[in-house]
Amino acid sequence: MPDASGGLLVEMEAISKDFPGVHALRECRFDLRAGEVHALVGENGAGKSTLMKVLAGVYRRDAGRIRVKGAEVDIPTPRAAQLLGISIIHQELSLMPNLTAAQNIFIGREPRRALPFLLDERALNDQARKLFERLHIVIDPQTKVANLAVAQQQMVEIAKALSHRAEVVIMDEPTAALTDAEVDELFRIIRQLRDDGVGVVHISHRLEELKRISDRVTVMRDGQYIATVDTKAAAIGEVGRTIYEEAPEIPEVADPNVVLDVRDLARGRAVRGVSFTVRRGEILGFAGLVGAGRTEVARAVFGADRPDSAQIRVHGRPTRINGPGDAVRQGIGYLSEDRKRYGLALGMDVETNIVLATLRKFLRAFGRVDARRTRATAEQLVQRLAIKTPSLRQKVRNLSGGTQQKVVVAKWLTANTDILIFDEPTRGIDVGAKSEIYHLLNELAKQGKAIVMISSELPEILRMSHRIVVMCEGRITGELSGREATQEQIMTYATMRAPVATVD
Amino acid sequence: MRIGLAALSPARRTTLMRSDAVQRLLAFAALIAIILIFSLLSPNFLQFDNVVGILIATAVNGILALGVTFVIISGSIDLSIGTVMTLSSVMTAVFITEWHAPVPVGILAGVSTGALAGIVNGTLVAKLKIPSFIATLGMLNVAKGLALVVSGLKPIYFNDTPDFNRAAMGSVIGGVIPGLDIPNVVLVLFGCALVASLILTTTVLGRFTFALGSNEEAARLSGVNVVGWKIAVFTLAGIFSGIAGVLIGARLNSAQPSLGQGYELDAIAAAVIGGTSLSGGEGSILGTVIGAFIISTLTNGLRILSVPQEWQTVVTGGIVILAVYLDIVRRRQQQ
Repeated sequence: MPDASGGLLVEMEAISKDFPGVHALRECRFDLRAGEVHALVGENGAGKSTLMKVLAGVYRRDAGRIRVKGAEVDIPTPRAAQLLGISIIHQELSLMPNLTAAQNIFIGREPRRALPFLLDERALNDQARKLFERLHIVIDPQTKVANLAVAQQQMVEIAKALSHRAEVVIMDEPTAALTDAEVDELFRIIRQLRDDGVGVVHISHRLEELKRISDRVTVMRDGQYIATVDTKAAAIGEVGRTIYEEAPEIPEVADPNVVLDVRDLARGRAVRGVSFTVRRGEILGFAGLVGAGRTEVARAVFGADRPDSAQIRVHGRPTRINGPGDAVRQGIGYLSEDRKRYGLALGMDVETNIVLATLRKFLRAFGRVDARRTRATAEQLVQRLAIKTPSLRQKVRNLSGGTQQKVVVAKWLTANTDILIFDEPTRGIDVGAKSEIYHLLNELAKQGKAIVMISSELPEILRMSHRIVVMCEGRITGELSGREATQEQIMTYATMRAPVATVD
Repeated sequence: MRIGLAALSPARRTTLMRSDAVQRLLAFAALIAIILIFSLLSPNFLQFDNVVGILIATAVNGILALGVTFVIISGSIDLSIGTVMTLSSVMTAVFITEWHAPVPVGILAGVSTGALAGIVNGTLVAKLKIPSFIATLGMLNVAKGLALVVSGLKPIYFNDTPDFNRAAMGSVIGGVIPGLDIPNVVLVLFGCALVASLILTTTVLGRFTFALGSNEEAARLSGVNVVGWKIAVFTLAGIFSGIAGVLIGARLNSAQPSLGQGYELDAIAAAVIGGTSLSGGEGSILGTVIGAFIISTLTNGLRILSVPQEWQTVVTGGIVILAVYLDIVRRRQQQ
């Protein structure tokens, strides 16, 4: 459609967005033409998703301008975005598990019968079926979404976006949970959309995808716009270097002593026969897609959830762990991905948090706390871990995410923990503070701690791990040496689903 | 072209039966078992008059339970339905006996009172983001207090309008089929249940009730007016409380301002026993009606067996705990 915008569907200029304590976006720009696939790449926390959520009406921009087809617009709600023809497929699938596929697709826009408040369920299912046929997807529209596999749920999301007759479709890491065959299928659909004149934004981590599917690439880092290049002209390797600032620093090789030996760990559908070992001074990376069962493994080892079966040896001794108390006594510490909920007493100060779990060690007669010793211990740890706090009396709530993480580590060190399980240690931490956490992990490994690191960020896994264990659907599907592993290898294992009966 | 996705579906689909359907079946079996046991223990249990008594006793609690079923499926809770019912019956009484309004106007006033309380509840929860447990606990006391204030602490009797009581306790069915004197309150219950069931399964409001309880954030991101629909759900619960209020007033031929608290728990229990999940997204009207019958049958049977009132309460409390526990067990097995 010819207009003043010169074929540009979307133009975003000088977009800024702050969240409490974080500049998520600073003066970012982005544009999208009709009939192109525009890839948006960058490290986790670079602001890709935030920028697109601003366009999709999920977040409101603090500053900047958005034009759609040349006209300046305000997009305060997801509904407003839909009316402008902008649809987003979120990274965390946002479907309603108790509703059917068809009901999810047309939520809020259900076909009605003669009386406008009555739903026409048959028309709803027919329309969904047609949509699936157009996309060549084999899903029964009347299946509850809870009973669909992740990949199928993703297809439902795509069908939902298309059902809006969207002219702009934003896909936030759509390939993260898909197998190669499914990715091929997704790309076929994306190309079909592009040929129909839809503008597609493809947010991705995976460089090898860019060449296959995108026409242009925009790189972001640290909440800022870095560059936009034509995919054909650009050397993909160069784009890669633009994204990741530092080369990986694989730490030194570990001790041969096995500290933690887990065999045949099983818990329901989430964990199925998982076995692994961690050695003294080693960082074992647990890679996999979200929902692969890594956190469930950690929680079961730590005794937070009771496993159906498990043989756990600590320092070679068979051990029964019936609860977190047992785990702590065996020297196992678990650092939850949700620090604020499980790891810290936010309203209390640094010193209290550090000694809270081990207060018994600091008691004098009649249960009085030996304040001099707690202070000394806390001071020592603050120095050793370089915890940036104005004083020991500072409330933990007022510290940054990275510093909070260090306080949790200090707490476990006080408890003489020699096995530390980190679950997404850098989630929600500023890019700058991440390297400090990495440094700390390396330091702890050097001091002889055995470390399990669960992470969904492949660059982080590759950069930190001596060995990498990959999980998919509750099973361990592969083990790689940290030096030799590549993102592609990990992804192959991470999407290696158990064989199931086929229909055809 | 068929793709790899198809390969995944059959294995998954067979693993699950809809869990609320399971619970509904279980509840129905439990109801039959309870009826069998009591009829064996007491010859009076299956007498016509006693069965009618059970039906009448189910009417008020059942209608309250219909409303709260919507609220629970939508992922919230409403603790105020019992005392809102009381306030509604008091308002009906004030309109009819003090202001001499025609009976239909009094009924409308009672139902509107319930609706208004529901709108306030919904606004507190959806707009001001007050957790529904707290907001409706507040409303419980507000309604309780207002009922006492408006009534001047005393019951109000409908002595001048005998038709009001007759409309509820008379029997249209008995007029058509002599001998089958089932009072009209029971018809009101089944009528309300039918309407509620249609709303839940065939209308937009029903769809969004499930959507809210299933994943509210996803509904919001899909462009659903979450605030508006949540208010609508609470309003619907308020309307059912209002209907229950009118009904209890008609049945007792009076508005009893000190009655009502505790009714909300029986209603919530009926919904939960019938398979409505306290975590939202699942539930059915049929299940709730069965649940309401389980509670009133149990209470009635225990009374016939001369079990003291206080022990009846202990038993119904235990049943609720059991029902919720079964719900949790089922959920755990699914994961």
